[in-house]
Amino acid sequence: MTNEEIKDLVLEIIEDIDDEADFDSLDPDQPLRDQLDLDSMDFLDIVMELRKRHQLQIPEEDYPNLATLNSCVMYLEPLLKDA
Amino acid sequence: MPVFLKDLQESYDVIIIGSGLGGLTTANRLAYCGHKVLLLEHHHRLGGLATWFKRRGHIFDISLHGFPYGMVKTCKKYWNKEIMQSIVQLPNIVFNNPQFNLKTTFNKEDFTHLLQTRFGVEASTIKKFFDTVTSMNFYDDQSMTTRELFEEFFPCRSDIHRLLMEPITYANGSTLDDPAITYGIVFSNFMNKGVYTFSGGTDKLIGMMEKELEKNGVTICTKAKVNKILIEKGKVCGVSVDGTTIKATAVVSNSGITNTIFNLTESHHYSDEFLTKAKAVRVNNSSCQVYMGIKKGETIEDVGDLLFTSTADEFDSEELLDLHTKSKTFSIYYPKTRPGHDRYTIVASMNSRYSDWAELTKEQYLAEKESLIDRSIKDLEKYIPGVTEKIDWVEAATPKTFNTYTLHTRGTSFGTKFEGLDVSRSIHKQVGGLFHVGSVGIIMSGWLGAINYGVIVSNDVDSYLRA
Repeated sequence: MTNEEIKDLVLEIIEDIDDEADFDSLDPDQPLRDQLDLDSMDFLDIVMELRKRHQLQIPEEDYPNLATLNSCVMYLEPLLKDA
Repeated sequence: MPVFLKDLQESYDVIIIGSGLGGLTTANRLAYCGHKVLLLEHHHRLGGLATWFKRRGHIFDISLHGFPYGMVKTCKKYWNKEIMQSIVQLPNIVFNNPQFNLKTTFNKEDFTHLLQTRFGVEASTIKKFFDTVTSMNFYDDQSMTTRELFEEFFPCRSDIHRLLMEPITYANGSTLDDPAITYGIVFSNFMNKGVYTFSGGTDKLIGMMEKELEKNGVTICTKAKVNKILIEKGKVCGVSVDGTTIKATAVVSNSGITNTIFNLTESHHYSDEFLTKAKAVRVNNSSCQVYMGIKKGETIEDVGDLLFTSTADEFDSEELLDLHTKSKTFSIYYPKTRPGHDRYTIVASMNSRYSDWAELTKEQYLAEKESLIDRSIKDLEKYIPGVTEKIDWVEAATPKTFNTYTLHTRGTSFGTKFEGLDVSRSIHKQVGGLFHVGSVGIIMSGWLGAINYGVIVSNDVDSYLRA
């Protein structure tokens, strides 16, 4: 997957979680949590969805890597390179 | 429709033991993840403590007293929109005790206003208190108790301590001596937007959940009591129900955590260190309830949705647990919360100790039950004058009743104290494929806590099944 595709994947998952999420003014380097009003349960949903769609096992200690859109891409890029 | 035990398949990906809100949610999530799920329940109906019963045209809800607004998002994400849309606010929360009488929407704005105008607290102190409790996390330091938290912000103000603590004690059985973080997390959940309920009652909710489970392919079997969780070479391999073995790769117990470790499995499967921790888990207190039905055709005026009442001089966690406590809540169910049903019902709830009731002789037990009913009706008269004449059905439940229906250790109605959370979260590291979901750690209790914990545990189970 390219970085753009990974970005789209993450945003698509967030949209499934909250269909009213507004991505227009999203800063990819700022925490998703504050900008999209996500809570810890929402991050768990992202982890489960990535496992369901791409068989990714993300250990709990790696959750902080999902904080911003760009950090998601950086973390997921090597894991999804063959996807 | 639930299937019969004899019609079950030989094996499943995962078996869920017990259908409390945590078990139901775990079943639903794992089916959504694509696993073959079997849900086993010992009772004839699903829901665990989220239950109801019918008498002479009345429908009594057992544990539907009000949950935080977070339930809206949780039901939308983990159940369906239809369930979410049935959630409505309970706008009138009433306090009546020797220290103060007031009505509130039980949210941050109204509490800030009340603390300022009625209790004379500086706005800056109130803001600091709210900032402190809303930023609390379960992994934070837990050495501070709720009593210390209150003393820090509102020293020597037993009236404020009562306002802040009493509702939470009824919500999850916690006391002033429990970790402040457990208080902060639950209290700020409620303060977010107030108190909500499920329009249509518990029976409607559980019916909708059952439909959703079946749509998602979960096999449901009721009147099936699991006697043993089967373990081979350190991993679960199934369960035994009345001599029938059903195989599974993972087993999730929604039976109490103490039940799971000490009754459903054998001790030799756990490390000594884990067993020591498990033995130290304190189960929370139980409850007494008095269910009162108003005669068909009679009405009562709106005196509030949830009434926190007490004639005790000050708030005291021990007093709330006393066999003859002077403190109780009244949940008043008007026809508006059960559209299409024109009856009024009232449920009085008290916190209670199992030991106080278990030690009584049969005669003493019946006499105490009668006295409990009399005290509740007498107290209710203060808020609804003339109600005695309008009641055509009354009965009571005690900690023994809760024990009978839920099989919970000592009839606990709020799971365990804080230490139960770690034991519940780490049981799968002891026995491969064995998970626990249910009310633990104070924060994972109540309707919202139970459902969210079901989602958290589903993530662990899904990860195990896909490894």
